[in-house]
Amino acid sequence: MKNIGILLALALALALAAAFAALAVAAQEQRITSSWTVATVSGQGQPRGYVEYQKYCSACHGEGVGRPGTLALQAKYKGAEPALLEKRTDLTPELVKTFVRNGVSIMPFFRKTEISDTDLDAIAAYLTRNNKR
Amino acid sequence: MKIPPGVSSKDFSDALTQFEEAVGKEWVFTSDEDVALYRDAYSPFWGEPDELVASAAVAPDGVEQVQKVVKIANSYKIPIYPVSTGKNLGYGGSAPVLSGSVVLDLKRMNRILEVNEKNAYALVEPGVSYFDLYRYIQEKGLKLWIDVPDPGWGSPIGNSLDRGGGYLMAQYRNHFDSHCGMEVVLANGEILRTGMGAMPGAKTWQQYKTGFGPWVDGVFSQSNFGVVTKMGLWLMPEPDAYLSGTVYVPRHGDLIPLVEIMTNLENTRVTNGMPDLGSPLLSIPMIAEIDKWNRGEGPPPPDAELSALLAKSEGGGSPELEEYALKKGISYWSCKLSFYGAEKANAANWEFAKEKFSAIPGAKFEENESYKLPLTSEQREKVHKPQFGIPSLSMFSIGARSPVNPQPTSGHMWFSPIIPRTGEAIFEANRVFAAAAKEFGLPVLSFSLPSCYWERAFIFIFAFPVTRDVETNKKNRAAFKQVVQRAAEHGWGEYRTAPAYQDTIMGTYSYNNHALLRFHETLKDAVDPNGILSAGRYGIWPKHLRKARG
Repeated sequence: MKNIGILLALALALALAAAFAALAVAAQEQRITSSWTVATVSGQGQPRGYVEYQKYCSACHGEGVGRPGTLALQAKYKGAEPALLEKRTDLTPELVKTFVRNGVSIMPFFRKTEISDTDLDAIAAYLTRNNKR
Repeated sequence: MKIPPGVSSKDFSDALTQFEEAVGKEWVFTSDEDVALYRDAYSPFWGEPDELVASAAVAPDGVEQVQKVVKIANSYKIPIYPVSTGKNLGYGGSAPVLSGSVVLDLKRMNRILEVNEKNAYALVEPGVSYFDLYRYIQEKGLKLWIDVPDPGWGSPIGNSLDRGGGYLMAQYRNHFDSHCGMEVVLANGEILRTGMGAMPGAKTWQQYKTGFGPWVDGVFSQSNFGVVTKMGLWLMPEPDAYLSGTVYVPRHGDLIPLVEIMTNLENTRVTNGMPDLGSPLLSIPMIAEIDKWNRGEGPPPPDAELSALLAKSEGGGSPELEEYALKKGISYWSCKLSFYGAEKANAANWEFAKEKFSAIPGAKFEENESYKLPLTSEQREKVHKPQFGIPSLSMFSIGARSPVNPQPTSGHMWFSPIIPRTGEAIFEANRVFAAAAKEFGLPVLSFSLPSCYWERAFIFIFAFPVTRDVETNKKNRAAFKQVVQRAAEHGWGEYRTAPAYQDTIMGTYSYNNHALLRFHETLKDAVDPNGILSAGRYGIWPKHLRKARG
């Protein structure tokens, strides 16, 4: 019995080792929610549209260095308006949608397979959330 | 609604109904508003009758749907134009080469099918972006780097097929070279797998490139022979450490030994990241510095004396300019080297590189960055991300409004000839292109340095601005074609181009009465007899359109 127990334990250990090895070797098929972010964004406790804005807009319009959209708006408004779109209070949903679907300067427009109308509605809601009602 | 050329409106309408049955009604785009989103945002024909536009777009969600769409298109002889993520800005975006084609938008095909850490490869679909693959690898905690282009929001498949490049070790830097195995839907709807993938149940599809017999992968790049629906990519195992150091040399002529030594060091694997040339004297940033300079954090503008000397110098050099540089102690040229590897080996390789560059009198050295990998989050914010396999959009600061560019353009098109990897070739290219710019009425830059480095060649990249002014665009298009011809007269051919110039450039690859193009056309007629796939891409036209194109 003892021997069988050892064999079973050994077999189990080998099986587990094999399972872990497989995990370490290959990450298998995964459907991706496409976005231009280096990490998945969590929307917990955040207003509507926060996640969509981070996914599609923040690589250019976020905070920090290497954000050409923020740099461009800083150069354009020179402090008269916030360079960060998230801090603006004067945008309308229509204006946000116009820029996303028509582009401006070197910012191209985005197809519906990239940013759906539903996601765009959420982005527009997010960027107008602080407007005076 | 635009109708594809040579197709009756009834056939088009029937085909659209069948496309809807194949992919779902919501994924067939026919309204003017939706189809306009497939224009090339950087089109040099913007707003002109000749602008390349789609008639409709179809977005399948898997290879079976691609097969169905291709079969429908083939039966109605409807031209279709596959795009992966459609972000190839400056080289055509998501607009077709043949106006009126239906864009086959593969963005929804965004599955990462496998990432293998031990053998360092991935298998992906065309709608996966570099950001998507990076995020996936990070979240799984895999010790793998992707060689990303700059900016990196496009598709690894699309970029590889267009033969783009990045920054890491040479064996990953050329993205087509580092692919391994494809799945392709042919014009008749049949699926082909290349390399080892041709063997059912093959264990090494992403590990051994060439399989057995002729290696056909090349014909699916920069072409129109099939729709690539899966591709293997070789990834770089995360190195132990990174080190960078810059060499500064004082004289104009020093560029020649600087490039020669740098090339030898890279090709003997002493240094292994993409080298990066700059000129402190001529205010030409190294690539890794562009972002910083665009933030207005570059060196101060040249003083009055230097400005006057620069205006008088031809090809970036004159005895007076060199004298000024020596007097002020400003280096003429710089070259940043990157070392990926074991920390101690990097330090030893940098020491060896310094010994070699010391053959240039007056060479000075500066050690820049030294990181144990992976980078901390603080370090990641300081570095030029693509040099660490991290996708970024910071490169869009070129052309966008910024403290150093108060008047942004509406886009750009890249003129990108391949020249030999020598200092002599850099000097010659500058002489030729400066004279050509003057002749064709383009702004003359004081001097240009290569932007991309293959192991034995440079890519010289010049941006031609795209505006919303028709006359300016017309003038720039004409100048672009003239510069292409001038380059060809000197033996320099473009490595890649936007649809507006694909015929012109293919025409310069004319050895033996265009034997190469004639071979492409023979292939085209054999594998796509109805000419439905990406008509005109890279100068390859189907038989029924060839004559009209001359």
